[in-house]
Amino acid sequence: MIDLSTTYLGLKLKNPLVASASPLSKEVEQVKRLEGAGIAAVVMHSLFEEQIIRESREVDYYLARGTESLAEALTYLPDAGTYSLLPDRYVTNVEKLKKSVNIPVIGSLNGVSAGGWTRYAHLIQEAGADALELNLYYISTDPAVSAKELEDVQVDLVAEIKSSIQIPLAVKLSPFYTSFPHFAKRLVTAGADGLVLFNRFYQPEFDIEELNISHALDLSSPSDLRLPLCWIAILYGLLDADFALTSGVHSAKDVLKSMMAGAKVAMMASKLLYGGVDCVSGILEELQSWLEEHEYTSIHQIQGSMSQKSVAEPSAFERANYMKVLSSFRELA
Amino acid sequence: MKHPVVTIDGNEATASVAHRLNEVIAIYPITPSSPMGEFADAWSAKHQPNLWGTVPLVVEMQSEGGASGAVHGALQAGALTTTFTSSQGLLLMIPNMYKIAGELTSTVFNVAARSIASQALSIFGDHQDVMAVRQTGFALLSSGSVQEAHDFTAIAQAATLKARVPFLHFFDGFRTSHEVAKIFQLTDEELRSLMDDESIRAHRARAMSPDHPVIRGTAQNPDVYFQGRETVNPYYLAAPAIVQEAMDKFAKITGRKYHLFDYSGHPEAERVVIIMGSGGETAEATAKYLVEKGEKVGVIRVRLYRPFSIEHFVKSLPKTVKSIAVLDRTKEPGASGEPLYLDVVNALAESNHSNIKVVGGRYGLSSKEFTPAMVKAALDELKKPAPKNHFTVGITDDVTHTSLDVDTSFSIEPAETVRCMFFGLGSDGTVGANKNSIKIIGEETDNFAQGYFVYDSKKAGTVTTSHLRFGPKPIPSPYLIEVNQANFVACHQFVFLEKFEMLKYAKPGGVFLLNSLYGKEEVWDQLPIEVQKEIIEKKLKFYVINGYDVAERTGMGNRVNTIMQTAFFAISGILPRDEAIKQIKHAIEKTYGKRGEEVVKKNFDAVDQTLENLFEVKVPAKATSKITRRAVVPEEAPEFVKNVLAPMLAFDGNDVPVSSMPVDGTFPSGTTQWEKRNIALEIPEWVPELCIQCGKCIMVCPHAAIRQKIFDNKFLAEAPATFKHMPSKFKEFSNGMTYSIQVAPEDCTGCTLCVDICPAKDKKQPERKSLNMTPQPPVRQQEAKNWEFFMKLPDLDRKLINPSTIKNSQLLRPLFEFSGACSGCGETPYVKLVSQLFGDRAIVANATGCSSIYGGNLPTTPWSHDSFGRGPAWSNSLFEDNAEFGLGMRLTLDKQNEYARELVENFRKELGSEFVDAILHADQTNEAGIDAQRGRVAELKQKLAASADTRAKDLISVADSLVKKSVWIIGGDGWAYDIGYGGLDHVLASGRNVNVLVLDTEVYSNTGGQASKSTPRAAVAKFAMSGKGLPKKDLGLIAMAYGYVYVARVAMGYNDQQTLKAFLDAESYDGPSIIIAYSHCIEQGIDTKYGLEQQKLAVQSGAWPVYRYDPRLAHAGKNPLTIESKEPSIPFSEYAYKENRYKMLTQSDEARAEQLMKEAQRDAKSRWTLYQQMAAMHYDADSNGDGENKN
Repeated sequence: MIDLSTTYLGLKLKNPLVASASPLSKEVEQVKRLEGAGIAAVVMHSLFEEQIIRESREVDYYLARGTESLAEALTYLPDAGTYSLLPDRYVTNVEKLKKSVNIPVIGSLNGVSAGGWTRYAHLIQEAGADALELNLYYISTDPAVSAKELEDVQVDLVAEIKSSIQIPLAVKLSPFYTSFPHFAKRLVTAGADGLVLFNRFYQPEFDIEELNISHALDLSSPSDLRLPLCWIAILYGLLDADFALTSGVHSAKDVLKSMMAGAKVAMMASKLLYGGVDCVSGILEELQSWLEEHEYTSIHQIQGSMSQKSVAEPSAFERANYMKVLSSFRELA
Repeated sequence: MKHPVVTIDGNEATASVAHRLNEVIAIYPITPSSPMGEFADAWSAKHQPNLWGTVPLVVEMQSEGGASGAVHGALQAGALTTTFTSSQGLLLMIPNMYKIAGELTSTVFNVAARSIASQALSIFGDHQDVMAVRQTGFALLSSGSVQEAHDFTAIAQAATLKARVPFLHFFDGFRTSHEVAKIFQLTDEELRSLMDDESIRAHRARAMSPDHPVIRGTAQNPDVYFQGRETVNPYYLAAPAIVQEAMDKFAKITGRKYHLFDYSGHPEAERVVIIMGSGGETAEATAKYLVEKGEKVGVIRVRLYRPFSIEHFVKSLPKTVKSIAVLDRTKEPGASGEPLYLDVVNALAESNHSNIKVVGGRYGLSSKEFTPAMVKAALDELKKPAPKNHFTVGITDDVTHTSLDVDTSFSIEPAETVRCMFFGLGSDGTVGANKNSIKIIGEETDNFAQGYFVYDSKKAGTVTTSHLRFGPKPIPSPYLIEVNQANFVACHQFVFLEKFEMLKYAKPGGVFLLNSLYGKEEVWDQLPIEVQKEIIEKKLKFYVINGYDVAERTGMGNRVNTIMQTAFFAISGILPRDEAIKQIKHAIEKTYGKRGEEVVKKNFDAVDQTLENLFEVKVPAKATSKITRRAVVPEEAPEFVKNVLAPMLAFDGNDVPVSSMPVDGTFPSGTTQWEKRNIALEIPEWVPELCIQCGKCIMVCPHAAIRQKIFDNKFLAEAPATFKHMPSKFKEFSNGMTYSIQVAPEDCTGCTLCVDICPAKDKKQPERKSLNMTPQPPVRQQEAKNWEFFMKLPDLDRKLINPSTIKNSQLLRPLFEFSGACSGCGETPYVKLVSQLFGDRAIVANATGCSSIYGGNLPTTPWSHDSFGRGPAWSNSLFEDNAEFGLGMRLTLDKQNEYARELVENFRKELGSEFVDAILHADQTNEAGIDAQRGRVAELKQKLAASADTRAKDLISVADSLVKKSVWIIGGDGWAYDIGYGGLDHVLASGRNVNVLVLDTEVYSNTGGQASKSTPRAAVAKFAMSGKGLPKKDLGLIAMAYGYVYVARVAMGYNDQQTLKAFLDAESYDGPSIIIAYSHCIEQGIDTKYGLEQQKLAVQSGAWPVYRYDPRLAHAGKNPLTIESKEPSIPFSEYAYKENRYKMLTQSDEARAEQLMKEAQRDAKSRWTLYQQMAAMHYDADSNGDGENKN
């Protein structure tokens, strides 16, 4: 029997397959099914900074709007008095999941600026989460904000959140940083125990009939694997942090590649959403078979085996590879 | 203080006791008592138990009649049961009240007393409703303040259980029900001490039960009914003493002493006023003041009005009394006197006190102010050798000269009481902040405190006036702060300065706080000269704050409430500044804490930034402003508007004399056009080069504030320079014709619906449309001139317009304009459409509710007329009878038409057969036909004008009925689904040609969003706090079952063309029709600017399939049902969770929300499937339209 176990953020996992943040984790039953299918840990759906702020404003707006304006109707909606707002419901959900499953549950916060909302990191920990994932998704559209300013804010945020919790902290990033290794290192120095590469960049779609922007959500495809694979392979061994690969993990081979690049875990969402949670067991079986066929004894053995520092041709990850691809293109032409 | 104190209003004070002392509560919303039911429902929803540890069962009924029936039943089954109501609601309870009393059943009805609809509806307070039930056998107990309302609820409950006589405990609507005051709260222990458990058990023992069966409610014959009616006498004779006993027990427990008749004043008083309700507080305080000045006067406050104890009354009267003025807050036309007066006269006669002179007077109808000066006027009248009897006080009656002269300078306001007035907008949160301030002062200081709030009648841009008093002594002042009495006046909106004379209320040397965009250096020159003069003359301390800027910077938007509240505390010095800030922040946390940190934070920021932006303005010695206050209405307004409506607009309606008022409640139409409310911050700007002339913007405008016209090019010669226009693209109106869209800048409310619906985008810059919002102030004057020019352009001849397309229909002039509806209202576009399509021949019966308020609440009303003087004739009868009311109109029209036709036939010889046949067989199926018939009728009248034949005169008087008329029965879902459903069903079943328009907002909108049977599953509403657990009633399906009723379900935001077709079809159908119109509403928890989008989603999700059911098709062998929406394409939740009424349940009970949402999804699916099957049924030529499928 091959040993599929791995560690991630100090957590012992029975295998490297982790369900990444998605709507699946909103329902206890779905998470139970994931656990049953063999998933080793689950990252909860994200609690967004904007959602926390917006919901608070919304509740207030709709309860206040039009009130105390008319003699006959001093209010328009009944005021329940107490509201279980999104963060409260999120924390409750963490508690429920922890009671229902045995696999580690990783909370997920999504935001970029310091503020009152960050206290939810602590509340998520108190609710029993085994670790926290902070998603730093941000699209900079302001020409006046420099890369450094933006990075400073994010590093400070990581430090602030790290100081408020005792459980491990992973940071989920986009690939769009000028000097990614440098920034990654700063995050690790600030307290990140792990890096999750990469979150998906949702681009708006154009409706050319109505001249509107539509918000289409495209799930990942296997070709998306390349980017995180590349960066984990480059960073492996350079930083004192665990890596999780996310985006494009759809098969056992994708998991193997992730491990070989240096990831501790491979995270899946798209495949689970459209392939169903039961696909996990198939992937795990295939993983077993491949490792057996190739005479490996454990996952640990292959982790980092194809990282930049381990491969025979390190330059393949750098400019030389680019030149090579271009020249080969010309040759074909 | 010994007892806990709270600062609450009269409704809460009453409900807090009633909820603790009852087991079953049956309710129905009606102003001003609705909050009592809402409180009870909310407490039960939160599992708050009653005194005996069980949570009262609160049930909403379909009407007050239903509520009283349920109360009767619950009482018969042995529960401690109550209800809350007012006005028409109480009238609907009368039959059951007789029953309950006749059966000697213990209960307390708590009533916020209110006017009765007569020449007009009024939501405000007087005793007309209570006086209308004094004959039912209920005991009537009157409380006069918030404290008393709290106390008497308990006393009434204790007394009724002992006496077995049912009680009606009442207090003055609004004046007491809505006054916020600091009171001593009754603890559970105190209530427990007051209640006699044995009498409760006795009440239960009398209940109906199969375990000890009895028969109750028999029919009795002449032999014994009379005797049976007399059996109750001992109970009524004993009741007064029982009430006094309860009062005495209450006094022992709480220290607060009451008597059946409470006398106060000089022990040897010669002149006495007798009064009930809150006016008693004023009278008592005035008498005290006058006694201190040496006058021998006094006041008797009547607490227990029924049973009227002559013995107790006489005992309360000082022996020295020579004359009495009895003040009734009611009007009984034709009676020899008002009820309390007659009772007093009788009591004195029966007790051999006929030597005392008694006069009666009326005061305070519809919350008319009742001030110390008026009390003094009544007492002074008694000094006269022949005091006026049946007088009025508080108005100027220059017709029958009943009114007393009042010295308005007389005031008894004590120096130690601080009086503050705040003028704000409903939307800026002024009232809410003031309620918080009153709570802070009342509960965090030793001061007594009082708050009362006045609202205007508009639902958009409402002006609110807050009256706050506080001081070291109790505040027996249930009247507004008077001229020259306010220590502090705050104006929260700068634009008010040009409209209202607010500084007349300021006391000399007082403080004036102004929210201003202009700083301390610039503001002086921006004030109207009248304001400058008053500041100087009264030596006011003048402070200014740019609350708009602080609100913007702190994310408060347009809500300047917290800012102005902080400024008030900072200037007034009621509390040390740091303490005040601490208390304000504490109140913010208490009020907003549950809504999330973000809200608390922005309010805190607003508090912190206020002080650094608050400045005292150095007041110059002279008034120099070039600005003057604007005229309320323009000079060209009709005389009635100028003389009667304009003072009302300027808040001077109290000065309108009786002679100026119509005698029968009849008012001219089309008066909103004279009230330029100027409330929009932004208005739409038209870009002609992008316009496709589709007319959609015109159709969706809730206020008819954007219009299109096509006119001859020649008129452009007179056009103002900035007037926009373009060549007409209409095929039938193209040659030499110009098209224009124009916005009424001072009537638009800035809702943005027209911009939202506009389909014409700039291809280069799609965010720019043919309509875009632009700031109003810079274009106000220019566009006002353009509007004036536009309105003078002739309307197209209706005969030339085929209204079957949106663009064409919107060329028809709206005859419903600039209503007081909410900005972005989802109802009014439908109402306006009726007025455009059929307005010049329509009669409208309007159910009470939002549509009757924005449609008929003075000062100005929106139903209008065209250039020929024709337009909708509109009336509101009641809430419950609207369908019948409309049917009655139809019956008359039909009868008069029949009679006119008979008379025309009689004159065949004189008029000529060809002419008579033309009249009798006129085709009036289109505008041209109707116009031709109008011509014939005019000719007919002319031909008969000189005739001396009485039949000719009769024919002239009914000849107009020969022109086709359109009867519209309009109301909301509360009427159609609930209270008026029985009548509506009967009217639909009648087969008569009436058109019913149901403006379905899925809640009782006008009274604040209570659930109706139209409320959909999973939505939260008042009385359905935990989400409605059952599906919406399918009114359309029920109507379809008749087979001969035209039924349409429409949503303008989804398909405006289908809506238009439904209206045209329904009106053309010679039988009953009903259109159920999706009306987005602020009370659904949406921003109305997304209203049309929500309508679309409602249809797409299957929540609101649209269809037309036309019985004429069945006659033609076709299926009458045409479904005009597609199969649901989005989940119900995708539509629902864009509305807070659904979303908030996820925040209060997530599991229930999920479950109900699943069921709501199933509702949508099964509804769709059912309709599909119905629409697929085969009909053939034998189908007769009676709903029966002959296959």
